[in-house]
Amino acid sequence: MTALQPTLPTQEPSLPTDTVDALEVGTTATTASKGRSRIPWRFLGGRALFYLFTLWAAVTINFILPRLMKGDAVSAYLARNRNISPEAADGLRALLGLDTDKSLFEQYIDYWAHLLQGDLGVSLLHGLRPVTEVISQSLPWTVGLVGFATIVSFIVGTVGGAIVGWRRGSRLDALIPITTFLSTIPYFWLGLLAIAAFSVNLKLFPIGKAYGVGMSPEFTPEFIGQVLHHGFLPAATIIIASLGGWMLGMRNMMLTVLDEDYIMVAQAKGMPNRRVLWRYAARNAVLPQVQSFALSIGFIVGGTIVMEMVFSYPGVGKLLLDATNAKDYALMQGVFLVITLSVLIANVLADVAYAFLDPRTRQTGA
Amino acid sequence: MSLLEFDAVTKTYSVRGAGQIKALDNVSFTLESGQTIGLVGQSGSGKSTIAKILTQLETPTSGEVRLDGAPIARRGRGLRAYRQQLRMVFQDPFASLNPYHSVRHHIDRPLRLDHVVPNDQVDDEVSRLLQRVRLPYAIAERRPHELSGGQRQRVAIARALASRPKFLVADEPVSMLDVSIRLGVLNLLAELQREEGLGVLYITHDLATARHFSDEIIVLNQGTIVERGPADDVILRPTHPYTQELRAASPDPEKFFAAASGPEGGAR
Amino acid sequence: MTAPMTIVNPATARSRFGSAFAMFRNRKSIAGLAILGFFVLVAIFADVLAPFSPTKVNPTARFEPPSAEHWLGTTHIGEDVLSQVIFGTRGVIVVGFLAAIIATFIAIVVGVVSGYLSGWRSEGLSALTNVFLVIPGLPLIIIVASMFEDPPLWVIAAVLGLIGWAWGARVLRAQTMSLRNRDFIQAARANGEPLRRIIAVEMLPNLMALIAASFVGTVTAAILGLTTLSYIGVIPVTTYNWGTILNWASAQGAFRQNQWWWYLPPGLCIAAIGVALSLINFGIDEYVNPRLRSAGERARAMKKKGLNINDAVTAVRTTPTNEAK
Repeated sequence: MTALQPTLPTQEPSLPTDTVDALEVGTTATTASKGRSRIPWRFLGGRALFYLFTLWAAVTINFILPRLMKGDAVSAYLARNRNISPEAADGLRALLGLDTDKSLFEQYIDYWAHLLQGDLGVSLLHGLRPVTEVISQSLPWTVGLVGFATIVSFIVGTVGGAIVGWRRGSRLDALIPITTFLSTIPYFWLGLLAIAAFSVNLKLFPIGKAYGVGMSPEFTPEFIGQVLHHGFLPAATIIIASLGGWMLGMRNMMLTVLDEDYIMVAQAKGMPNRRVLWRYAARNAVLPQVQSFALSIGFIVGGTIVMEMVFSYPGVGKLLLDATNAKDYALMQGVFLVITLSVLIANVLADVAYAFLDPRTRQTGA
Repeated sequence: MSLLEFDAVTKTYSVRGAGQIKALDNVSFTLESGQTIGLVGQSGSGKSTIAKILTQLETPTSGEVRLDGAPIARRGRGLRAYRQQLRMVFQDPFASLNPYHSVRHHIDRPLRLDHVVPNDQVDDEVSRLLQRVRLPYAIAERRPHELSGGQRQRVAIARALASRPKFLVADEPVSMLDVSIRLGVLNLLAELQREEGLGVLYITHDLATARHFSDEIIVLNQGTIVERGPADDVILRPTHPYTQELRAASPDPEKFFAAASGPEGGAR
Repeated sequence: MTAPMTIVNPATARSRFGSAFAMFRNRKSIAGLAILGFFVLVAIFADVLAPFSPTKVNPTARFEPPSAEHWLGTTHIGEDVLSQVIFGTRGVIVVGFLAAIIATFIAIVVGVVSGYLSGWRSEGLSALTNVFLVIPGLPLIIIVASMFEDPPLWVIAAVLGLIGWAWGARVLRAQTMSLRNRDFIQAARANGEPLRRIIAVEMLPNLMALIAASFVGTVTAAILGLTTLSYIGVIPVTTYNWGTILNWASAQGAFRQNQWWWYLPPGLCIAAIGVALSLINFGIDEYVNPRLRSAGERARAMKKKGLNINDAVTAVRTTPTNEAK
C-alpha cells in the first residue's frame, strides 16, 4: 500500500498588530514564549485521552467477541477431559467468566475487576495455568523479534529512501520498484521460500523455533548464539518485506521537500550537500514517516503473527493461533488484549517522538 | 429600492492559545441598491469578515444585519430568500471556481437553485449572462484551468448575477489579476451595477480604484471604522491619521517626478 | 473586452469523461491495469480455461512435476495444480474487490462527512476512525473469522472491509478539511447549495484520485489478508483461493520436499497481482503529485548537460551549445 500522507492542518492564529510599528520591531508577534513550550502538553494530553478511549474500546470488544461465539468453551474442554466433576466444571465456568447466572453488565464489571487485578483467567490449552503466565513466557520472543526487525527496517528504509530521493534520476531509482515488489509478496510466502531455500536446501539455518530442541532458556553465550541463529531468517524476512514501504514513503516525501524554496536557499548559502540532505531535507521529510510508523505498528503485528506460524517461533502470535484453533477463549482474549496494549504503547512512544520532532505541535501563541 | 443595514456588529474569534481576537468592533454602515460603497483597509483589518458575515458564512457575536428593515433569517426559507438577494465575488479567480466542473455548471447551479427561470430556459439564460459579462458562448463548455484570470473573474461575476440579486459584495475582485486587465473588469462591474441597480460593497486595499468606483468610502482599521464619507472627500481630504498614512503610501507619479528632479538631479 | 484565449480544444462531454480517468493514463497505471485485467479475465473464464476440475483426484499421478498433461504438476492426491490456481483466482478477485468496495464506501462516508463538518460530530467520527486504525487488524480478524464455521465469500469480504476502512477515511478526512476552506466551496455554500450536493457534486470529484488510490490499496490489503488467513487455516479450506493451495502445500510438506511447482505458482500470482495494484497506485501518485514524475526526469536531463541537480553553485557552461533555449 503506498503511503498517501495526510497533510497536517496547520493552525496559524493571526494576532492583531498593536500600536507597535511592525517594521521597526521586526515582528507582528505581541508575545514570544521561550523555553516554556518545550513539552507540548496540549498535544500529548489530547493523544493520551484518545489512547485511553481506544483501550476501553479494545477491552469492550475483547469482552463481547467470545460471547458472540457459538459453543461453550468449557463443554468442548470437558468433552476432551472427562474426569472433571460437575462442580469443578461450574467452578471452571465461573473462572472463565462464562457464568450465565449473572447479567451481561455484571459480567462486564467482573471482567474489568479481574483485568485491573491482573487476572486474565486460565488457559485451557496449557493445563489451566494462568493466562498471564503463559503470555509472559511468549511475549519477550515476539517483542524481541518484531522490535528488532521493525526498527532495523524503518531505519534502513528511511535512510535509504532519503538517499534515493536525494540522488533522483540516478540508477538508485531502480531500488524503489525492487523493494516495493518485495513488499507486495505476502509475508508468509516469503518466509516459506526462505525456509525452502536456506534451511532445506542450503542447510544454513534451522527450520524453525527460537532455539534448539532440548535447550532451556538461560543467559549463556551458547544459548544466545542459538537464538541469533534461529532468529536470523525470521528477522531477515520481516526486514526485507517491510523495507519497501518505508523507502517509498521517505523517497516521495524527499522529492516533495527538495522542491521547496528553503532547500534552494540553503544550497545558495553554500551549505555543504550533506548538511542540506540530512539536517534540512530529511529532517522535514521524516515527520510523516514517524506518523505512518505509528499507524503501521498494527500491521506489523499482524505480519509477525504469520511469521511466527511459519517459523514455529514461540511468540504471542503462535499462541493466538493455537488458542483460536483450540477455542481457548481466555487465552485468545488475553493475547488480543496484550497485543492491543503493546500497539497502543508503541503508538504513544511514536507520538512522543513526533511531538518533539515537529515544532508545530508546540504552538502556544507567537 | 432596497436597504442593507449593518448595525453595530462585533465579531470575536477565539483562537487556541492566543485568547480572543476581535475582528470587528461595533461596525455599522448602510448600503442602498444603486449605490457603491468602497471598503478600504489593510490586510487583517476585518474587511473579509464583513464579507463573510454578509454572506452568512459567519455569524456576528453581537449586533445584527437587516435587509429592508427586517433582521436577516438564519435558516430555512428566509435564509434562502436572503441568499438570493446578496451574492459575492471572491478575490482569487483560481480558487473560486471548482476545477472539475465546466463554466456552464457554475452558472447553471444558481439558476436552478433559485428557480430564476423555468428549467427549459436555463440554457438561454446562461448564454445571456455570458453575453452580459462579455464572454463568448463557447466558453461555457470550458473548465476553469483553460481560462485566464480575467475570464475566470468574469465567470464569477456571471455566477453572482445569475440569481438577480439586489446586492453584490466584491471582495478584492481584481487584486489577483494582471494590472492591465483590472480596469476592464472594474468597468464591467460598474456598468452592470448601473444597469441592474445593484448595491455594491467593493472591498479593496487599493485607494485609487476605490475612489474611481465608489460613491462612498469607509476606511477600516483593526476592526473599527476610522473614517467614512463621499469618495472624493475621504481620498482628497482625509481627516483621520490612518487614512492620511494610507494615502501617503499610495504611489503618486507626480510626487515621484518632483523628488527625482530635486536633490538628486536627473540621475536615474 | 475579452482577453486572448488559450488554445485548447473545446472540452466535449467525452473528453470530460476521459479526463476523469487521466490518472490512469500514464504507463505505470496502464501496465498495472493490464495485469489486473488478465487476472480478472482468468477469474471469469475459469471454467473454460482450466484443463481439469480442481478437485479431480488422480491417485496414479501424485506429486508429479510439470509435464505436458499437467503444466504445473500435481498435488499430493493428483489434483492438477494449474486448474487449482486458475479457479483460485475467483476467490481472490471477488473477495478483494468486494472488500474494497465496502471499505471504500465506509471510508468515503465517514471521512468526507467528518472532514466537512466541524465540532463534536467531526471529532467523534475521527476518534472512531483512529480506534479502528490503531486496534491491530489481523488478530481481530483471526478471532472474528474463527467464529464462523464455513463462511461464504461475501462474509469474508464484509469482515475484511469492515476492518480495513480506517486508513482511507483518515486520508479523505484530511483532504476534505483542506478542501472545505477553498473558495469554490465557500461560494457554493453562499449560493445556498444543500449539503448533500456540496459533498456529492462539488467535493467528491476533487477527491477522486484519493478515493481511487485508497480503493486500490484496500484491494491489495484484502487480497493479502485473504490469502494469509487461508494459509493460516483460520478461513476454512473448502473455499478456493491461492492461500488455501499454499495451506495444503505446506501441510503436505511441499516446501521441505522441494515440490516447487506446487508452492511457487500461487505465491507468484499473489505477488503479480500485488505488483499490478502497486503500479496502478504509483500511476495515481504521480498524477496527484507531478513532482514525483518530473523530479527524476529533470535530474536526468540536467545530468545530460553535465550538471548535477544537487550542486550548490549554479554551474555555468563554458562550451557553446546548439540547444534552443
